[in-house]
Amino acid sequence: MTAAISREEVAHLAMLARIDLRPDELDRLAGQLDVILAAVARVREAAGEDVPATSHPMPLTNVSRPDQPRPGLTAEQALAGAPESEQQRFRVPRILEED
Amino acid sequence: MAAGSGHPAPDLVRRGAGELAGMLAAGEVSAVEVVRAHLDRIAAVDGAVHAFLHVAAEPALAAAAAVDAERAAGTSLPALAGVPIAVKDVLATRDMPTTCGSRVLDGWQPPYDATAVARLREARLVLLGKTNMDEFAMGSSTEHSAFGPTRNPWDTSRIPGGSGGGSAAAVASFEAPLAVGTDTGGSIRQPAAVTGTVGVKPTYGGVSRYGLVALASSLDQAGPCARSVPDAALLHEVIAGHDLMDSTSLTDPVPSLVAAAREGVADGIAGLRIGVIRELGGEGYQAGVRARFEEAVGLLVEAGADVVEVSCPSFDAALAAYYLILPSEASSNLAKFDAMRYGLRVYPEGVSDPTAEQVMAATRAAGFGDEVKRRIILGTYALSAGYYDAYYGSAQKVRTLIQRDFAAAFARADVLVSPTAPTTAFRLGEKLDDPLAMYLNDIATIPANLAGVPGMSLPSGLAEEDGLPAGIQLLAPARAEDRLYRVGAALEVLLLRRWGAPLLDRVPPLLEGVA
Repeated sequence: MTAAISREEVAHLAMLARIDLRPDELDRLAGQLDVILAAVARVREAAGEDVPATSHPMPLTNVSRPDQPRPGLTAEQALAGAPESEQQRFRVPRILEED
Repeated sequence: MAAGSGHPAPDLVRRGAGELAGMLAAGEVSAVEVVRAHLDRIAAVDGAVHAFLHVAAEPALAAAAAVDAERAAGTSLPALAGVPIAVKDVLATRDMPTTCGSRVLDGWQPPYDATAVARLREARLVLLGKTNMDEFAMGSSTEHSAFGPTRNPWDTSRIPGGSGGGSAAAVASFEAPLAVGTDTGGSIRQPAAVTGTVGVKPTYGGVSRYGLVALASSLDQAGPCARSVPDAALLHEVIAGHDLMDSTSLTDPVPSLVAAAREGVADGIAGLRIGVIRELGGEGYQAGVRARFEEAVGLLVEAGADVVEVSCPSFDAALAAYYLILPSEASSNLAKFDAMRYGLRVYPEGVSDPTAEQVMAATRAAGFGDEVKRRIILGTYALSAGYYDAYYGSAQKVRTLIQRDFAAAFARADVLVSPTAPTTAFRLGEKLDDPLAMYLNDIATIPANLAGVPGMSLPSGLAEEDGLPAGIQLLAPARAEDRLYRVGAALEVLLLRRWGAPLLDRVPPLLEGVA
């Protein structure tokens, strides 16, 4: 039986999900995900083409409220959990690659 | 006994929430005495149980003293004023850490309260602390907590269920008369079943999700954990109801659940149509769990209920659909843990001047546990181009079939029943290396989340082969929680009559320390 998901695919997905996986984690996860995917693949046969998809358990309607200013968090409160802050702003590592 | 006499009843921690509320209102005991008794109990037994991640002893005593002062001054107070409560650590609390059982949020204190928490405070319940859980509510055993597992008070070598094992264990070990849990695929009901307590997942949207750290937004619901059905109703009414801060919050008025429980006891359930779900309860269900379930159904028949068998064939695919929908939603929801605005930040080793992206990946690697990584990757896969239709799309179709099955079943029955979980509590470590075996614990609870309908678990007795609690699950149509409370309260009385004493009186004496 061919694997549903390869180690290379798991590495790619981990990159997309922004998780640095160690080589041993990749080995373990690839095996486990393959077993899980094999088990959940049955959904593909469970419903026919004509069955509509349901994304949400209850009917959703758009909810709005008057656009009025209300008290919110102070800058101090919003920054209280920040790993680093500076001048009332979140301080983050550089965004752009060099070169 | 007069309040403030310094000699409160020795069994205060064994009283239910309703009973404590009555004693407090009558001035038989003070809120400080009640809260102190529970804090003493936590100090005595939580080393063995580890239900709590954070205990807020001083703030709890201060809140209790404020309730006592207002009562002494003749202020009219809400019914549960002064009654202690524990809160699952997935709900934001502005004065306590909120970790979701994850290193990524270790020590984080939110700047606001979840709506459910704010409602507890408005109702003047006293928050004892935050309870342990599987990391970001992913798990069925509480072993996936980054801060160590919670243990089942019935047998501390066994799991208390999950993800809300902390809330259920706190209630079962008399550390708190009430707790708030959350249920995405069974995380209130399955822990209730394996700890011999009562747990209710409300209709989707019945309790505001504002401040509930999202696992799967279309499935998550907060609800009550208690030691009796009427106590669960009391708490349910406090936390339920429309909230402007949650756009999926139901606008309907909350049905009177306390009254429904009372009516169930007083008037019984004769003539009510109960449907036994054929697909939940056969192969894969432990013999003792099945036996207790069948006995409970027998009691419903004796009480005059009209019991029929119903079939929900698509439930066979519910687990598979759930383990695609949940990881998909979770992988998106957990993207917010990016090391930028709050929570953990880890710099990658050996990289000078790393980019935000490198810091993000290093932080998420260090901050998330195995199960969270597994599900994020699985969700990322299910949502990726080329696989979306086959996996996520098909799972959403199964969701439609499950809703149709429920609709057909509720046309024939007022309430549906099944065992809550296929087995009693298993041993710690037993399923840790086999994710798929762990997922099977949720097989009977998941359909309700996929369809949004409310469910309750209450104890059905002890399984003969291991002496551990089993649960019976009741399910009702959306917005019809009152049926759960009517049937649950009636069944609870019938079972209690059979047992002669509450099941939890049989929790082994290991924990019977200073109370």
